[in-house]
Amino acid sequence: MRQRAVISGIGVVAPTGVGAADHWFAGLAGRSGIRELPDRTAAGLPVRVAGQVPGFDETEFVANRLLVQTDRWTWMALAATDLALADAGLDTRKEFPFHLSVVTAAASGGNAFGQREIQALYNEGPRSVSAYQSIGWFYAASSGQISIKHQLKGACGVLVADAAGGVDALAQARRLIARGTGVVVTGGTEAPLSPYAMACQAGQQTLSRDPDPATAYRPFAPDAAGHVPGEGGAMLVVEEWRRAHLRGATVYAEVSGSAATHDATDATRPPAQSHQYARAMREAIARSGCTPDDVDAVFADGAGDVFADDLEARALREVFGDRRVPVTVPKTMTGRLCSGGAPLDLAWAALAISHGVLPPTVNVDAGEAARRHGLDLVTEARDGSLGTVLVAARGAGGFNAAVVLKAHAYDE
Amino acid sequence: MTGRRSVVTGVGVIAPGGGSREEFWARIVGGKPAIRRISVFDPAPFRSQVAAECDFDPTCHGFTPREVRRLDRFVLMAMACADEAFADSGLTPEAIDHDRMGVSLGSAVGATIRLEDEYVVASDHGRHWEVEARHALPFLYGALVPASGASELAVRLGARGPAAVVSTGCTSGIDSIGHAHTLIQDGEADIMIAGASDAPISPITVACFDAIRATTPSNDDPERASRPFDADRKGFVLGEGAAVLIVEELEHALARDARVYCEITGSAARANGFHMTGLRPDGFELGEAISEALDQARLDPADIGYVSAHGSGTKQNDRHETAAYKRALGAAARQVPISSIKSVIGHSLGAIGSIEMAACALVIERGVLPPTANLTTPDPHCDLDYIPVVAREATVTHALSAGSGFGGFQSAMIFSRLRG
Repeated sequence: MRQRAVISGIGVVAPTGVGAADHWFAGLAGRSGIRELPDRTAAGLPVRVAGQVPGFDETEFVANRLLVQTDRWTWMALAATDLALADAGLDTRKEFPFHLSVVTAAASGGNAFGQREIQALYNEGPRSVSAYQSIGWFYAASSGQISIKHQLKGACGVLVADAAGGVDALAQARRLIARGTGVVVTGGTEAPLSPYAMACQAGQQTLSRDPDPATAYRPFAPDAAGHVPGEGGAMLVVEEWRRAHLRGATVYAEVSGSAATHDATDATRPPAQSHQYARAMREAIARSGCTPDDVDAVFADGAGDVFADDLEARALREVFGDRRVPVTVPKTMTGRLCSGGAPLDLAWAALAISHGVLPPTVNVDAGEAARRHGLDLVTEARDGSLGTVLVAARGAGGFNAAVVLKAHAYDE
Repeated sequence: MTGRRSVVTGVGVIAPGGGSREEFWARIVGGKPAIRRISVFDPAPFRSQVAAECDFDPTCHGFTPREVRRLDRFVLMAMACADEAFADSGLTPEAIDHDRMGVSLGSAVGATIRLEDEYVVASDHGRHWEVEARHALPFLYGALVPASGASELAVRLGARGPAAVVSTGCTSGIDSIGHAHTLIQDGEADIMIAGASDAPISPITVACFDAIRATTPSNDDPERASRPFDADRKGFVLGEGAAVLIVEELEHALARDARVYCEITGSAARANGFHMTGLRPDGFELGEAISEALDQARLDPADIGYVSAHGSGTKQNDRHETAAYKRALGAAARQVPISSIKSVIGHSLGAIGSIEMAACALVIERGVLPPTANLTTPDPHCDLDYIPVVAREATVTHALSAGSGFGGFQSAMIFSRLRG
C-alpha cells in the first residue's frame, strides 16, 4: 500500500514575515515586503527594489559558533526549519533518526560568504581564506546543517532547478515517504541580495528596472516591467499521514501528484510555446487522480514579464480550457525568491487550504488581467472551500514543475 | 514499488588522463596517476600544489565559441560526456519519446571557476566589494545557479522530462544516479541522462581545502601524492572530470535490443548528523547506507564481487570507510577486493561518484578490477584487500560503490550484471 504524505508543519522566513502566522496575516492584508534596496547595494545595478526580510534576526535562531560557519541563506533555512518543527510539534531527538530526512532546493548558495572569501583571497592571499569556506558556500550547506542540528539521518537531498526546485524537493519528499521515511523536512531559502549575486542577476533580461516598489513586479499586467528579486523562503514538515494522525498532529494539506518537465528549446531565452509547462500541470493533476475541473485554485508562477506571462496564461488555457479557475500570485508581495519562491508558495497554498482563504495578488488590476489573459486573478483575499490546489513554478533555463495539494480528510 | 527496473545502457567519461570512456578505462586499469603540479594557475602560494587536471579542450568537442563563452567548464564537460554516453547507448533522437527522457546531473560546486574568474574582473582583483554589474558577463545567472548544467543537457539531447541538478556535495555523483533510478522506478521517465560533473580546480577551491588541511601537501612527487589506504597518505588530491550514464527502464532497453552494461539494484543514502567535515571512526552511517543498498538488491555481503571505495586518501576517511565495510559486510569485508580510483584520477568532488559508477559498469562488463595506485605501505587500520598497485582479473556479478561527503552525507549504490 502506498504511503501518503501530509504537511504537518510550516516555517516561514520571508519578506511577508518571520513565522507562518505573521506571514499569513500580512499576506491576507496584502502587505508587501518589497522595498527599496540600500543605496550602496543598488549602486551600479539596474534594479532598485527587492523583497527583503529586515526583521529577521539570525541570532535568535543560530548559535554564535555556527553563525561564523554559515551564510545568510543557511541562517534562514535553520530558522525556517526550527519554526516548522515547532509548528509540527515534533521533537526529532525523540525519533528514530534514519526515518527522518531533509531535502532542500538550492540555487545561489552561500553567495555572500563566497564573495567575502574570494575577496580575502585576492586581497590578502590564501592564508586569509576562512576554514569554513568549504562548508559555508556550497549548495548542500543548508541541508547538511539542518541534518546535523536535528539529527535527520535518513536519505537527504539537494535539488537545483532554479525557481522550480522547491516543487521538485517536495516531490522528492513524497517519494521518500512512499519508500518508508517517516518525516521529511523540505523547502528552501535564498539570500541572493549580496553585491556579487545581484551583479550575476543583472544580466537577466526579465529583471524589473522600475524603482517603485508598488509597480515594479506586476505579473499579468499588460505593462508588466519584469520581476523583482527577493530573499527568504519556507521549510515544511512532510510526514507519513498515519504517523501524523497517531501523534495527533494538525494537518494542513496532503501532498498529492506532481510532475516536472523541461522546455528543452533554448536555455538562453523563453520557449516559444507553453506545451511543456501545461504538460507538467496536466500530469500533476492526473497523477493526483483528479481532472482539471476538480482544481479550485492555482498558485501561478507569475514571471512578471509580458512574454512569459502570456505563455503562462496560454498554459493555463491549455489545461483548464474556457473554465476560469481562480489564479493567484501572492509572491507579488515578496518578489521572486529563486529556490525559496516555490516553497513559500507551497506554504501559502497549505495555509490557504487549511484556512479556506486564498491570499491575493497585489498591485495588479483584476480587470486588466481578465481582459488581456482571460484570467480570474484573485486580487483581494477570497474566502471559499479549497479542496484541491495546484502550485506551478518555472525556473530559468526551461524548468517547469507542478504539484497538487489537497485538503486532507482523516477518514479515507 | 511498481517493479520497474533501471539499467545502464550508455557510458561517457571525461577524467584526468582520459578524455573518453576507453581512455579512462585504460588509465584506471593501468594504475598510472594522472596527477601533476597545477598548471591552470600558479600554485606557489598554496599549501597543496598538485591536482588531477583534465586535458579538456572544449573546441575539440565541437562547442561553438558562444557556448564556450557562455558556459562554465563543468557544463561543457557534462555535455561532452552526455554526447558520448548517448552515442554509446545506440539511442537515436528520432526513435525516442522525448517527453519521457529526463536529466539528473550531479555537481558539488557548479560553476566555481566562472564565478571566481568573473568576480576577479567585476571587483577589479578584489578591490571593490560593491561590484559593478556592467563589468560582469551577461550570462552570469547561469553560473550563480548551477541548474544551468541540467538545462543545457536537456536542450542538447531534447530531454523534455524531469530535469534537475543534484547537489549533495561529494556524494552528488552517486545521488544523481540514484535520483534517476527513483524517477524511472516511479514511472516519471523511461530514459534518464544521469551523471555528474565538477571543475573545481581554481584558487578559491584550493585555498578552502588548504584552510582545513584536507588536501595533500605532498607537492614534490605529484604521481605519488594520492595514496588511499596507504600509511603515508596525507590528504586528498583535488581533481576534475565528469561522467554521464544513460539509465533506462529495463523493458524499454530490451524492446530495442540495447546493450545493457548492468542493472541498478541498490541505491541508498544516510547522513551522519555529526559534523559537516568530521567523521566518527565507527563508520556507522556509511555502513547503514551499504546495508540498505544490499537489502534493496536482495543480496548477501558475500555476493559483492568488487567495491569501488570512496578512498579519498585523508587519514580520517580511509579509517572510517574501513570500519563501515567491516560493519556492513561482516566476514565478507575481508574477502572482497576493494579499490580507490582516486589514487589515479584524484577527487573531483561531486563528479567522482558518477565516474566511479561508470568504472563499476565497466568492471562488470570487462572483468578487470582497477587497482589502488601508490598503496605500497598499507595502513594497519585499513586492513582489507584494497588491490594494491596492480589490476586483477575477476568476474564480477555485483559491484558496490560508496561515497562520503561534506554535510555528513553517506551514499551507497550497487550495480549488478543483468539477471536473465
